[in-house]
Amino acid sequence: MGTTWYLVLSALLFAIGAGGVLIRRNPLVILLCLELMLNSANLALLAFGRHLGNADAQVFAMIVMVVAACEVVVGLGLIVAMYRRRIPLDVDENRGLRG
Amino acid sequence: MEQVAFFAGAIGALGGAIAVIALRNPFYSVLALVVHLFSLAGLFLLLHAEFVAAAQVVVYAGAVMVLYVFVAAYIGGFEEPLWDAIPGQRILAPLVAGALFVELSIAVLGSGLKSLGSEGEVIPIGFGSPEAVGRLMLERFLIPFEAASLLLLIAAVGAVVLAGRRPEPEGRVDREGMV
Amino acid sequence: MSVTTWGWLIIAFPLAGSVLIGLLFRVLPAKAAGWIGTLAIALAFACSIGALLAMLGHPAEEREFANTLYDYAGAAGIPFDLGIYVDQLSVFMALVVTGVSMLIHLYSLAYMGSDAGYRRFFSFLNFFVFSMLLLVLAGNYVLLIVGWAFVGFASYALISFWYRRRTATAAGMKAFVINVIGDIGLMFAAILLIKEIGVSDYGSVFERAPEAFTTNEWTIVAICLLLMLGAFAKSAQAPLHTWLADAMEGPTPVSALIHAATMVTAGVYLIARSYPLFTLAPTAADIAAFVGLFTLLMAATIALAVTDLKRIIAFSTMSQIGYMIVGVSIGAYSAGLFHLMTHAFFKALLFMAAGSVIAAMAAVQDIDRMRGFRRAMPFTSAALIAGALALAGFPGTSGFFSKDEILAFAATRGGMYWIFAVGGYIGAILTAFYSFRIVFRVVYGEPCEEARELEQGHIHHGEPINPATGEREDTDVGFPGPEHHIAEREWPMKVAMAVLAFGALFGGLIQIPGVTDVLESFLEPVFAASPIAAGVHVSTTDAYIGLAVGGICSLLGIGAAFYMYMVAPGSTVRLRDRFGRLHDFLFNRWYFDELIDALVYRPVVACGRFASGTFERVVVDGIVRGTSDGVGGLGTVVRTAQSGFVRFYALLVVVGLAGLGLYFLLAAS
Repeated sequence: MGTTWYLVLSALLFAIGAGGVLIRRNPLVILLCLELMLNSANLALLAFGRHLGNADAQVFAMIVMVVAACEVVVGLGLIVAMYRRRIPLDVDENRGLRG
Repeated sequence: MEQVAFFAGAIGALGGAIAVIALRNPFYSVLALVVHLFSLAGLFLLLHAEFVAAAQVVVYAGAVMVLYVFVAAYIGGFEEPLWDAIPGQRILAPLVAGALFVELSIAVLGSGLKSLGSEGEVIPIGFGSPEAVGRLMLERFLIPFEAASLLLLIAAVGAVVLAGRRPEPEGRVDREGMV
Repeated sequence: MSVTTWGWLIIAFPLAGSVLIGLLFRVLPAKAAGWIGTLAIALAFACSIGALLAMLGHPAEEREFANTLYDYAGAAGIPFDLGIYVDQLSVFMALVVTGVSMLIHLYSLAYMGSDAGYRRFFSFLNFFVFSMLLLVLAGNYVLLIVGWAFVGFASYALISFWYRRRTATAAGMKAFVINVIGDIGLMFAAILLIKEIGVSDYGSVFERAPEAFTTNEWTIVAICLLLMLGAFAKSAQAPLHTWLADAMEGPTPVSALIHAATMVTAGVYLIARSYPLFTLAPTAADIAAFVGLFTLLMAATIALAVTDLKRIIAFSTMSQIGYMIVGVSIGAYSAGLFHLMTHAFFKALLFMAAGSVIAAMAAVQDIDRMRGFRRAMPFTSAALIAGALALAGFPGTSGFFSKDEILAFAATRGGMYWIFAVGGYIGAILTAFYSFRIVFRVVYGEPCEEARELEQGHIHHGEPINPATGEREDTDVGFPGPEHHIAEREWPMKVAMAVLAFGALFGGLIQIPGVTDVLESFLEPVFAASPIAAGVHVSTTDAYIGLAVGGICSLLGIGAAFYMYMVAPGSTVRLRDRFGRLHDFLFNRWYFDELIDALVYRPVVACGRFASGTFERVVVDGIVRGTSDGVGGLGTVVRTAQSGFVRFYALLVVVGLAGLGLYFLLAAS
């Protein structure tokens, strides 16, 4: 399969993830969509890596995975803390940044 | 053979992704994401990234998603209200995402990189093996590797601090989410 | 010493007196301040005599001296210097001013005795004399304006002397504002003059004027009209005369000095001094003469009806200055100035006597309440009669000779100028009538209550009440003092009044036609360049005919007054009731105050209200608030982007990303 296929698939997954972030109101699901986007980026990276015959992309993808893991940890910690303090788990309810 | 595998993986990934954003119950979304991740691991195998695929299954689908499962179980289900607080968001969001996809596709398909259509370079044996990746990590990318481990440490500490037991503060929660 | 040195000293002494009293006023005992002030003026008078004597040492044709202390042309860019110009006219004016001022200072020593502002009074009075001397001795138009403005200020300070009296401060402001209008005219005249000719000192201006202007060219007429504006404001000629009657709010010595003898004559001096310019603009000179005539008659008729003693005398001043203006405008320069001198004598005398009477009446100024002071105040009554005789132009008095000299000149000049002669003689009848109106009402008749009290030897004591508004006054500083001083008891007042009475009665002897012509010959070289003065010579016969007519007019007036007040008392009351509307017209001073109120004051106030109400509120505030509201509105519009919704922000991010991508796509294609 040509590299193009992988890239188009990656773009589609990225768009789906972005749409999900914009549509969903549950912070947990928004985090999930973020995961989607990160993984699509990984896919694109690896596709190019294979295309160029360069294994650096795989290291890069590993690092991305590490970062995603850290971010998930912190995000879930936030969600748990919110739940503990009885803050509604709805991003639209939390409008403290309103100017 | 390769095309079949590719399409199987692609359909799995797409289906999982759409399920994530479409399913109402967050628990189901989490499970859908697990399916998506497995499919992606298959695609990684096709791209000769064996180690990364393994790490994806073990670390990502294994550890990270288990975290998600735990939190989703702790929080419980949450039905989202139907009405949208932001006017027009429901319509704009798919549109914008679609636009993004179209642009990226145009970029890829109309790209001047002629060789994108082909299969690329000849891949040497052991391209994506743990030995090759490990060698790269410890030789060329040592510092990013160490930085990543430091990042993991910080994240762990941060998580403990964030979710640690604190006395429940008095007072009601107002509409803005402020206590 | 040279003439100009004397000239500088004349100016210096009153200034020194004013400054000295001003600086030391806390430590100086009251009487000492008064004596310092009087001494300063006496020294100035002595210097004037010195200047005169020094001048007489020179031949008659060469008696013009100029002296400069400092030339500003380099510094300020306009051609003027700190210089004086001493010629016969200036010395004459200086003598009159310092002489009469000296006597008035002497009078004030006693009259202002118990006033809490005694020292301030003398400081201001000295300052006024300094400014007046600066005015008459100035050597160029710009310094003249400086003196002019100072005099205006001194007048304001002295009219509002009792500064807690509302009527006094209002009168001071009114006088100042009207004087400023005149100042503006004067300034524009000087500006035009400097623009056209390029110099401002008298010698050069009068030399170059005939070459720079053709006769009746509009520029020179404009200059002269503007000069006249200044002169009329200062000399209280119509329509800028309304301030003089109100200025009687000031203390009586102030009225005597400023509003009878000196300041109001500044306008006459100005026209006389600028005669070369007026010669080149006969239109302006004729207009000035007509204004003088109008004022003469108007003021005389008003003086027939008003009942405040000081105001009768004020309108009389206005009228007499009308004579002087007519005189110097039609070319009778020395006659007009002679009348200036005699008027100074008898008008100051009248004011002093009036002050004495008002003191006996415990500050009441209404002649309806005054009667029969003959026995109670013999000296004051005699002084009053002397002044009235001179004012009426009774044969033999100074006023007789001076007034009729002007009218004889007018008649001799002929043609249109007969109007002035006829008008002047009618005015003389009216003048005689109202001057003896005062005499017969105040001096003769059954003594009023205050007079009877005084006969017992006791000055009537009244409550300190403002005669105009009836409000009670607090005799602390800012109001008249509680005690009243009359001439019979104070020797300074007696001395001053006696000297003036002598001058009023016998001052005319220096200018008897055909016999003596001291003044005319003295002043002749100043006006030698005037074609009118050269062309018109009043023959002795004509002069005596004029004198005879004048004498008859005065006797007519006195006789009429005698009949109406002494022979048939009550006839004036019947006349007043019969001609009610005419009387009201005269009593309300020809409604000039109301006219000015309607024509000038109200439109200006309306403009001001429009500016502050509408313009300020709508335009200025509108712009300011509009700008700030606009900015605020813009902020409100921008604030909608800060909705607080995270998803909205995320949408913006993605939109931005898509936009950026679109841009790159388009750029690459």
